[in-house]
Amino acid sequence: MSKKHVVLAGAVMLAASAVALAGPAGGTVSGKVTYEGTPAKMKPIDMSKEPSCQKMYTTPPTVETVVTGSGNSLQDVVVYISAGAPDDAAPSTAAVFTQKGCRYIPHILAFQVNQEIKIVNEDQTSHNIHPLPKVNREWNKSQPPGTPPISEKYDKAEFIPVKCNVHPWMHGNFAVLKNSHYAITGDGGAFSLGNLPPGKYTVTAWQESYGDQSQEVTISGSETKTVNFVFKAKPY
Amino acid sequence: MRRLQITKIVLILAIGIAVPFAGFGQQMESHIGNLTGHSEAGRQLYYRYCWGCHGARGNGDGENAPYLNILPRNFVIGAFKCRSTPTGTLPLDSDLFSTLKRGINFTNMPNWSALTDQQRADLVAFIKTFSPRWKTEKPGDAIQVPAEPALSVASIKHGSELFQKLECWKCHGQEGRGDGPSASTLTDSNDQPIRPYNFTSDNRSKCGKTNQDLYKIFMTGLDGTPMPSFADVIKPEDAWDLVHFLRTLQYNNKSPELALWLSTKEGAEIVNAKKVQNTYTGSGVKP
Repeated sequence: MSKKHVVLAGAVMLAASAVALAGPAGGTVSGKVTYEGTPAKMKPIDMSKEPSCQKMYTTPPTVETVVTGSGNSLQDVVVYISAGAPDDAAPSTAAVFTQKGCRYIPHILAFQVNQEIKIVNEDQTSHNIHPLPKVNREWNKSQPPGTPPISEKYDKAEFIPVKCNVHPWMHGNFAVLKNSHYAITGDGGAFSLGNLPPGKYTVTAWQESYGDQSQEVTISGSETKTVNFVFKAKPY
Repeated sequence: MRRLQITKIVLILAIGIAVPFAGFGQQMESHIGNLTGHSEAGRQLYYRYCWGCHGARGNGDGENAPYLNILPRNFVIGAFKCRSTPTGTLPLDSDLFSTLKRGINFTNMPNWSALTDQQRADLVAFIKTFSPRWKTEKPGDAIQVPAEPALSVASIKHGSELFQKLECWKCHGQEGRGDGPSASTLTDSNDQPIRPYNFTSDNRSKCGKTNQDLYKIFMTGLDGTPMPSFADVIKPEDAWDLVHFLRTLQYNNKSPELALWLSTKEGAEIVNAKKVQNTYTGSGVKP
């Protein structure tokens, strides 16, 4: 094989991997979630009934039903394609939900229908994990310290509040979604949903206290469309 | 013209009557031992005895529901407290049958011992027509309850350790009075306040009064309430120790467990210290 051929073969491989890296050619929907008005002040959590958790904090953490960031941005908003995309098969990796310091990490766990979730207790106290679905099955399991993770699945799409009855301040959410096009906003409220084949989509943003909002967007080719959501903050 | 109007009125009336009962066309059966229950027969009984609380559509919104503390079960959700199956699964027909026969202690659900076994079986079959879950899911596999080992002081003591380790006291209280630190904050899945079981009240728990019933309660959890399942965290042999200890908390109930516990110096001291006179709660506050 001549040197020229090797270079050529290398170039072809590079080109091929570049295509593979880009993934299936598709568009992106990105944007920012913000609020207008004055959101309720998030109250500090009194963990005095659970000293083993209380001592993990120098200043008490606050409740997380509305988490705001710089520039009126809203965190912990689930942005997802609610219509237009086909249902995806569940990924083989498990989504992990951790109980630490008598709080749920992450506060909102998003995963797909039939995807495994693993619930871990890193605390020195017993928790009970009590998700409160309306359309999925309701179960309620105790998890003392040092016991193995609980493995579960949900077979229908739903936003499910999660609580621990022993520690009433513990509150989180499961977002069970039908496809892999979803994001949870972080500080700054930004999101990006990629790999969208050309088509018409409904993009929905869900905030646990403010409800949901939807917008239609049409993707043609590999463009990036901007969709922003503004929620009206409630002062209570 | 007039005739047409009458037809119209009859039609509207018919729809008005039929709509509340729509969707219950499917037939269900229940099988309890040798008994087979039929939903068609159960329907008559339901609309005579049950719908006042559980509602015409079985979703727990009967006309008496607003007056009840601990709301009537919503059969459409298909979650039941007293089961022999794991948390989150449908109960066995025999579980529902037992609930009808026994009632749910400390709630407004009475026992239906005045009905015949066949009638109760028919009602179980009809209740299953309310939730689509009965068509798409099978009841869970019953939790196996091994034979109860011989009672011993060691068993009671080990049960007492488990009561601490599993933090049962967080809700039920150190003395089992249902007054633990989390008790006042508990709500059920209808967002209604609910009290944890007070062991000192009597020997009946919500789902029955035998040792086997107690065993099943903490292994299956009471779905729809804060009581979780401990099936993944308590070994079967440990579970019986916990049952033996829980019996000693019921100090007004002359059980073999309590008698044995009282025969030991340690046990007698603990039990007698709990017997606070003239108070409802033992908290020292006189009524």
